[in-house]
Amino acid sequence: MFAVRIHGRGGQGAVTAAELLSVAAFDEGLHAQAFPTFGSERTGAPVVSFCRIDTRPIRSHEPVAEPDALVVQDPTLLHQVDVFAGLKPDGFLVVNTSATLDQLGLAELVETLTPEHVVAVPATDIAREHLGRPLPNAPLLGALAALTGQVSLSSVTDAIRDRFPGQVGEGNAHAAEAAYEHVLTTMRRLTDA
Amino acid sequence: MRSQVEGSQAVARAVTLCRPQVVAAYPISPQTHIVESLSDRVRTGELADCEYLLVESEFGAMSACIGASAAGVRSYTATSSQGLLFMAEALFNASGLGLPVVMTVANRAIGAPINIWNDHSDTMAMRDCGWVQLFAESNQRAVDLHLQAFRLAESLSVPVMVCMDGFVLTHAVEEVDLPTQDEVDAFLPRFLPQQQLDPEEPVTIGAMVGPEAFTEVKYLMHAKQLAALDEIPVIAAEFRSRFGRDSGGLVRPYRLEDAETVVVALGSVLGTIEDVVDEMRELGVAIGALGITCFRPWPAAEVRDALHRAARVVVVERAFAVGAGGIVGQNVRDATRGLPLVVHDVVAGLGGRAVTRASLHRLLEDVVADRLDPARLHFLDLDIALVERELTRARGGRRPGPHAESMLREIGTVASGAYD
Repeated sequence: MFAVRIHGRGGQGAVTAAELLSVAAFDEGLHAQAFPTFGSERTGAPVVSFCRIDTRPIRSHEPVAEPDALVVQDPTLLHQVDVFAGLKPDGFLVVNTSATLDQLGLAELVETLTPEHVVAVPATDIAREHLGRPLPNAPLLGALAALTGQVSLSSVTDAIRDRFPGQVGEGNAHAAEAAYEHVLTTMRRLTDA
Repeated sequence: MRSQVEGSQAVARAVTLCRPQVVAAYPISPQTHIVESLSDRVRTGELADCEYLLVESEFGAMSACIGASAAGVRSYTATSSQGLLFMAEALFNASGLGLPVVMTVANRAIGAPINIWNDHSDTMAMRDCGWVQLFAESNQRAVDLHLQAFRLAESLSVPVMVCMDGFVLTHAVEEVDLPTQDEVDAFLPRFLPQQQLDPEEPVTIGAMVGPEAFTEVKYLMHAKQLAALDEIPVIAAEFRSRFGRDSGGLVRPYRLEDAETVVVALGSVLGTIEDVVDEMRELGVAIGALGITCFRPWPAAEVRDALHRAARVVVVERAFAVGAGGIVGQNVRDATRGLPLVVHDVVAGLGGRAVTRASLHRLLEDVVADRLDPARLHFLDLDIALVERELTRARGGRRPGPHAESMLREIGTVASGAYD
């Protein structure tokens, strides 16, 4: 079982991201489940979504309390929500920011995690470049695929193109690819250092 | 074909495959995605020969279904929560008239306080309205139950509701095996109404019945519901032979063979409960679970048979009778009358509170160690300190004001959030 929790704000695509991740896993022959927590839908309000991936059928329907991977779509949530609750010491962390994790004040937390399991990705900037809109969810999925290896990049981009035919899908798929490369480059630098 | 799809879309597809001729609905969360999808399928022609009626209310939706069903066409609607209550009067009419309407209920709490999240208060409030009530524990079962619901409804001329947990299932993207149109057509024959309003052969449906025959009409309603207890397993067996899946039926035993402790539940919480049962079995605890798929009619004999070897039964239910206790628990106690076992009533998962494995472990460890008082209604994960603070506060003034809002202030939640 590999459990992912995504924290975002209404409108950033946290729910869609979890769904796409589950489709990517399903297409690889795995079992997967995606679901959001729900409020009265409001743009900008904190949103949480979950995805479970397993080689066995998934029966449980409880929220993910102890994620194997955490995606933070909006760093301003750090001041509002306990996004790191339950993250395992060997868990993965993807944060959308063009700053460094130190600059976000996360140095202490990052110390407790495995260095090659943590990455900062300027997903909003990447989305602006490839999509023309500040929607970080597709690049963050690409980053998650690169960091965890749970699903392949091509499964992610297939799921994106399948859900969003035409230009929108292409732009998102390219953004996911760019973020995937960004993470691989960051990780190479880390191992070289 | 297997696909990774949202529960609501899977159900909308399943209903489409059942070829309803009238869909009348009024949108309410969390049912909305189902009826939006059906309306779209009618528009595109995927659901052919069907009239979609966007009515002015849930009362209108059920009334339109009653009219359409009486005119002899296959009729469907879906609702949730207050929407189901707004239908209440019409629900009794559909069952009293014996009209085979099928309805999905995306289970949601009943206000006040207003709450859009999942529990079973809505369908439990309507448990005695004369409808068959089937509960789905996964989206696969929700799809399968809809096929069986139309078959059951039309073979006995009774209305059937398929209950699925709102959001937890309706908005979950899971793997679902959707049948083909040919498979569904072979399983579900064309609707042959047992009664029909026809201008060529005029009849009256729904006449006034006085004391001379009202009891007898009601007796027949009861007899027909009991007949469903025989029909449901037959339909489930045919479903299994055609689709290769165990789905439907009255109850679903899980690892009961030598179980001293048995957890009884309905709906999506069963998956989590089965995981907990497996984990406790690993530790050597003789525990099992009993899923209630058919809550109305109440399969008393099957429940008794499944529980007769147990020493302790824990009923975990997402609703309760305020001032009385458990609802499913009362029925279980009735079914097991005279057996040497203890029944615990546990209210869990109200208004969207997650029922977690951790909480279930704590609960069941208490039960197995006989630390839980069976004479009292138990509330899982109740924040008793919050309740006590509020009671203390409310005793302080002449006009203490509303509880709900002051408790929200106490825990520091401004607007309600399901995850904080």
